[in-house]
Formats: sequence, C-alpha cells, structure tokens
Amino acid sequence: MKARTLNRHLRESLKSLARNGWMTFASASAVTVTLILVGVFFVIMMNLNKVATDLEEQVEIRVHIDLAATQEDQAALKKQIEQMPEIKSIRFSPKEEELENLIDSFGEEGEAYKLFEQDNPLNDVFVIKTKNPGDTAKVAKKIEKMDYAAKVKYGQGKVEKLFSFINMSRNVGLVLIVGLLFTAMFLISNTIKITIVARKREIEIMRLVGATNSFIRWPFFLEGLWLGLLGAIVPIVLISTSYYYAYDFLEPKLSGNFIEILHFSPFIYQVSGLLILMGAIIGIWGSLMSIRKFLKV
Amino acid sequence: MLMIEMEDVYKKYPNGVVAVNGIDVKIKAGEFVYVVGPSGAGKSTFIKMMYREEKPTSGTIMINGVNLGKLKANKVPLLRRNIGVVFQDFKLLPNLTVYENVAFALEVTEENPKYIKKQVMETLDLVNLKHKARMLPTELSGGEQQRVSIARSIVTSPKVVIADEPTGNLDPETSWEIMDIFDEINTRGTTVVMATHNKEIVNTIKHRVIAIDGGKIVRDQQRGDYGYES
Repeated sequence: MKARTLNRHLRESLKSLARNGWMTFASASAVTVTLILVGVFFVIMMNLNKVATDLEEQVEIRVHIDLAATQEDQAALKKQIEQMPEIKSIRFSPKEEELENLIDSFGEEGEAYKLFEQDNPLNDVFVIKTKNPGDTAKVAKKIEKMDYAAKVKYGQGKVEKLFSFINMSRNVGLVLIVGLLFTAMFLISNTIKITIVARKREIEIMRLVGATNSFIRWPFFLEGLWLGLLGAIVPIVLISTSYYYAYDFLEPKLSGNFIEILHFSPFIYQVSGLLILMGAIIGIWGSLMSIRKFLKV
Repeated sequence: MLMIEMEDVYKKYPNGVVAVNGIDVKIKAGEFVYVVGPSGAGKSTFIKMMYREEKPTSGTIMINGVNLGKLKANKVPLLRRNIGVVFQDFKLLPNLTVYENVAFALEVTEENPKYIKKQVMETLDLVNLKHKARMLPTELSGGEQQRVSIARSIVTSPKVVIADEPTGNLDPETSWEIMDIFDEINTRGTTVVMATHNKEIVNTIKHRVIAIDGGKIVRDQQRGDYGYES
C-alpha cells in the first residue's frame, strides 16, 4: 500500500468519525463503560492476588522435633525433609528461640514464662516453606509420618479455607473479565453496525468500482481503532485518580499486617497500557466484524 | 475481437428461481447492444453476471479474455476496474462532491493524484459537468446525477460499460441527452451493453437488440427494434 493511500484512509476514518457524530459518541461510550468495569475489576483482582500471595508467603509448616531425638536423628530428619522436591526452605529454630518468641508474643504477661528459661519444656522446631503454598497440607502429612517428627503444625483447617477462597476468587474474576470483554465486543460491533448500515451504499459502490476488500477495510479498521482509543481516555483518567487516592487511604491501614497493596507506579501505568490495548482491540474487532457481511463477493 | 462471450449459461437462485435458462451470446469489442425484455425475464441477472455480481450456476462467461467462472474472489476488484457500471438509481455518494464521486473510482486503484485530477476533469468535460464539479449530488437534477455516474464509470477507461436501465428514472428529454453520451462513449471504441425499457430510444437510435424472455434469448438482431408493446 502506498503512503498516499494510507493518508487517504486516515483522512477518511477521521472524517467519518466527525460525520457520524452521535454514533461515534455512542460507540466510544460503550468502550468507556466496559473499560471502566474491566479496569476496576482488574485493579481489584490484581490487589486481591497480591494480598493473597502475601498471605500465602506467611504460611509455614512447623515441625516439632521429638524431645528424644539425638543430634544425628535431627540431621537425618532434616535431610529427609530437604529431599522432598516441594520444599523451598528449611530453617532450624532451637527451643531457646521458640521460648523467646512465645514470651514476646504474650507481651507484659510473658514475664511469667521467663521461669521456663531454667528448664525449657518446648521442642526444637524446623520451620519449612514450600515452593507452592498449595502443597502445604500434602507436605505436612508426609512429614508427619517421618521418625522423630513429634507434631506438625501449619494452621490446619484455616490454610485450606484460605487457599480455596483465593483460588475461587481468582477463577471467578477471570471468568468475569473475559465475559465483560465479550459483551463489550458485541455491544460495539452492534453500535458500529448501525452506522455501517447507512454506509452499506458506500461499501457497495467501492466494490463496484473495483476496490479490494483490504482497501475497503482500512478506513473501518482505523475508525475502530480511534473509537477504542477515545473510549479508553475516561477509564484511564478515572482509574488512575481513584487508585491514587485509594492507595493513600488504604496503605497506612494495611502496613501493620504484613499486607501491601500494589504501588501506584508501575502498576497503574501497566493497567493504563492494558486498557489502551483492550480499547484498541475491542474497537477494531467490533468495526471489522460489522462490515464482514458486506464484503462477501 | 470478442469482448463478452457466454456459453450455455444457467443461473438458478437458491430460492429455486431459474433466472437464466441457457444463454449463448457473443458480443464483439466496440459493439453497442440493447438488452430488452419484460420485467422478471432475466435481464438483470444476465447483466449482473457480466460484472460478476452473480455467478452462473453452470456454463462459461468470458469477459475480455477472462473466464469469470475461474476468477478468484480476490481478483474480482481487478475485473471491475475494466468494467464501468451505470445504474438506474445512480449510486452516487451523497457526502462527496461531483468531483470526489468521479475521482473515487481512480482512488481505489491508487493512481497518481496528478493523473486523477487530469482524468477526472477531462471526463467531467465529456459529460458537460465541469462547471458543477464542486457541487453535491443532491444539488443536481436527475439527468446531471446520471451524467456524474456515467463519468465515474468511464473515468478508468474501461473496455466495457454496462448500464442497467440508465434512463429508467429520467424524463424523455433528459434520456436523449444520456443516450448521446453513451453514443459518444461507444464512438470512442468502448463496448456498451444497455438493458432498457425505453421503446422510443431503441427504435430511434438503432443498434443490436438482444431480447430476453423466460431466461432465454428469444431474438438477436442487428439494428433491431424494441418489439414489445409497452
């Protein structure tokens, strides 16, 4: 294609945006509404995911070592655990450290437990993290069967619930986003179709005078692109501003809990990029879909 | 040299109507041919198959040496650039000026702008509309609009011009002006095929007449007349 022709297509696509004023507005608004929904949803999803990952990171398996175990027995147990492929890290925490942690966790009242420093009743502990937090329960069960593993704790019950909740919300979110995108595409292709029925004549004449299908498609392709980009402006502005304030509001409240939401940068730039891309794809797809049936030879 | 050649052409539409029922015809380069016949006789289908708006169910159609039956869909635009088509309802774009409407046919072939300008102005001169180049079609009379449409069909210098009742919407006076232009085009060497219901024109400006009825050619005579009571 010659540059001159591209220039013509650009001009034509912009002219037709102006000529179909209200339809342009309607199509771009359809993109806007969808992108706001998708964008808000996406931001929430990504943050939930971040929080979930933070929570998952905190899940650990604590293996209480049998009091009767000798140094060799401990080493053997450690070796056995390390051999499991699911293990990310293993840390030895001697009973003195365990007692200190316990006393700290009780605060003021912890003083009473200081007496136990003379004769520590606690076990030595292996603190284990798995590569995939979802394997926690499985790994814990295996370790339980090993010699000298007196007790295995990982927050039984709670962890399983947390994981199934996280998984479910991830899947539901994904389905909703995909569903929204499809709805948007049909919405836009229908809106554009209305403008195109009026332009059926133009396409018919283009075909009669020997325009190739790609020549006919180009202005519509560009028009769809502009519609998508126009439609993406409001969602980007809206989502960035509200995220900016939401971050300022939420961040101090969460910082105490080892949980963080995503920082404004680069997250919002990525979201903006994604919205621009989605707007463009929805617009182009909708536009090309709606002229498809007029192009059959 | 043969410009249009149909051999044993049938056309049956998906709804079961047989519009063309075995047509053989040869039209030489430079001929002027009227296609006459009552409504529903298959005239339009016959014409539409020439610029491959419709494909024949069986039989071969050759246009300027190209076998339309074997023509791939993506080559159809190239065929159309060598065929000018004129309709009863003009088919002009209302948002474009007269000049732009005519230039449109050259823009789709990605011609050089200087050539487009020269060619469009010359063609508008031929149809006597040079002075109205900047007007919109809605500001013109029916006859003028049809002249724009003819200008668009010949601006690409096609070998054949196919017209489907070009005078159908025009008053008798204007119809004669339009016929003068077609005669001028034909004199310059372009083959003209025209479907028409205008008895007076056919009987006055004598050319070859092909009469179609019931999807068949019932009469084909040089310098013929209309032959139907209408």
